[in-house]
Amino acid sequence: MIFTLAARELRSLFLSPLAWSIIAVVQIILSLLFMIALQDFLVTQQPRLHLYSMPLGVTDFVVVPLYNSASIVLMLVVPLITMRVISEERRSRSLALLFSAPLSMTEIVLGKYLGVVAFFFIMTFIYSLMPISLLLAGSIDLGLFFSILLGALLMVCAFAAIGVFMSSLTNQPTIAAISTFGALLLLWIINMAGNNPGGDDGHFNVLSYLSMLTHYESFSRGIINTADVAYYLLVIITFMVLSVRRLDSDRLQR
Amino acid sequence: MTTETLVKVEHLSRHYGPIVAVNSIAFEVRRGEVLGFLGPNGAGKSTSMQMLTGNLAPSAGRVEICGIDLLDNPKQAKAQIGYLPEQPPLYRELSVDEYLRFCARINRISKEKISAALATAKERCGLKDVGHRLIGNLSKGYQQRVGIAQAIIHMPAVIVLDEPTVGLDPIQIREIRTLIRDLGKEHAVILSTHILPEVQMTCDQVQIIHRGRLVYNDSMSNLNAQTRATSLVLGLQNPPAIHELQNLPLIQRVDDLGNNRWRLTHAVNQQPGAEIARIAAERGWGLCELAPEFKTLEQVFVDITSAEATSATVPVKEQAA
Repeated sequence: MIFTLAARELRSLFLSPLAWSIIAVVQIILSLLFMIALQDFLVTQQPRLHLYSMPLGVTDFVVVPLYNSASIVLMLVVPLITMRVISEERRSRSLALLFSAPLSMTEIVLGKYLGVVAFFFIMTFIYSLMPISLLLAGSIDLGLFFSILLGALLMVCAFAAIGVFMSSLTNQPTIAAISTFGALLLLWIINMAGNNPGGDDGHFNVLSYLSMLTHYESFSRGIINTADVAYYLLVIITFMVLSVRRLDSDRLQR
Repeated sequence: MTTETLVKVEHLSRHYGPIVAVNSIAFEVRRGEVLGFLGPNGAGKSTSMQMLTGNLAPSAGRVEICGIDLLDNPKQAKAQIGYLPEQPPLYRELSVDEYLRFCARINRISKEKISAALATAKERCGLKDVGHRLIGNLSKGYQQRVGIAQAIIHMPAVIVLDEPTVGLDPIQIREIRTLIRDLGKEHAVILSTHILPEVQMTCDQVQIIHRGRLVYNDSMSNLNAQTRATSLVLGLQNPPAIHELQNLPLIQRVDDLGNNRWRLTHAVNQQPGAEIARIAAERGWGLCELAPEFKTLEQVFVDITSAEATSATVPVKEQAA
């Protein structure tokens, strides 16, 4: 049942020009960045590689920066896709269709969530074809590649969860978009507040722990840390539960 | 016709903050019945409909659909409900077929049966020729039909229609009313409307809700009995002086309607028509019109709701019902 809802969501996304244009824009920007990084690597970095004591390669110079840029671009793009997921239906009053069907709130929220996540997976797959294409000309560090791919996917799942929750709060898609963007940016830069001088004295730094960036960094170094995976899963579960509660409260006493 | 009770509502109430939108209503609907839910704007019709279909949680009370409690087992109960809200819940970017297929899936119709269910629903709602068209490009009337198709696609025991004929042309309205009558044969149908002739034509049972309270609940035939004639319209070519009309037997009041026509009011259960015709002929008044006037359902409705209005003190939320 969840998959029926997800399939409908995905289909509706691709029936609107928004999804296509977003994929196109993201792809153009990322391929430009990819080409610049590749050019830079071939012209400047590669001849000097033997000078480094630590062996770095094309993956570190081209692939990792690509995914880093992608996560910034996605921070801007995720709100645009998730904004209408629930708010638009509330606005056009088509939520009644789902509410009066034999579906639980959890199924409705998860269905919608999986629909947008599927969209972002498709987008990630498309721009991941660029680093994969490097295999035609040489080899890349596949371990690092899969690690950062996993990081990127987890991050976009977390972004989408926040976006779906924001969309469940309002019936104005633009408000959902701007609050999602605000929340994502805040979670991204919150570690700045945590990086106070003398903060590295072994104290557990809550603010920098909350930052998405902190947890993303280890993936970009090729480390899949269960703590970081757990962080993203926790974000996803938290915002899913909140969305279910929010939708439930639509029916309840106000 | 079986008399199995499909909908049972007990003490259903809903508050919006301090405002009581629906105040302890109770009723039952049996299989094979069409229940008309009447009420002025803001009376709580839509709120009641939403509570019946699980779109809104009641503040107090119980709803049982086919013996299943809607609040305890929402999934099982909702499988037995088809609901058309005031505004049909459509996905404008999908085609009619895609949309109805999706509705069939979320109402848990098994895959093999979907095509048959789709064909039946389209047939019944006159959508056979528009299956491939996008819902957003259809006219309001067709969108309304898609909304109805959506409500009946899983053959629910209970069908709840909130103002189903809004925005339809007269021919479509007739078709939809016939459809509602047909559906009423096998299902229990709850129909909310403020179009009174619609109720007269389609419903077996009538309920009037006013300021959140049920103020009237009776069968259609009893309501029709209340619309008995209490006046006659008389048209004369050679009218006599007005006092002659006033002196006619059984007549209590005479109102001049202009153009040599008068309204003669008499007491309930009296038939002065024959006597008046005889007198008019005898005196050579040139009788050209003599017709009993029936009290319209509208008047009965106004009588009931305005009588309540003076006694009721419950505040009502001003919302479109």
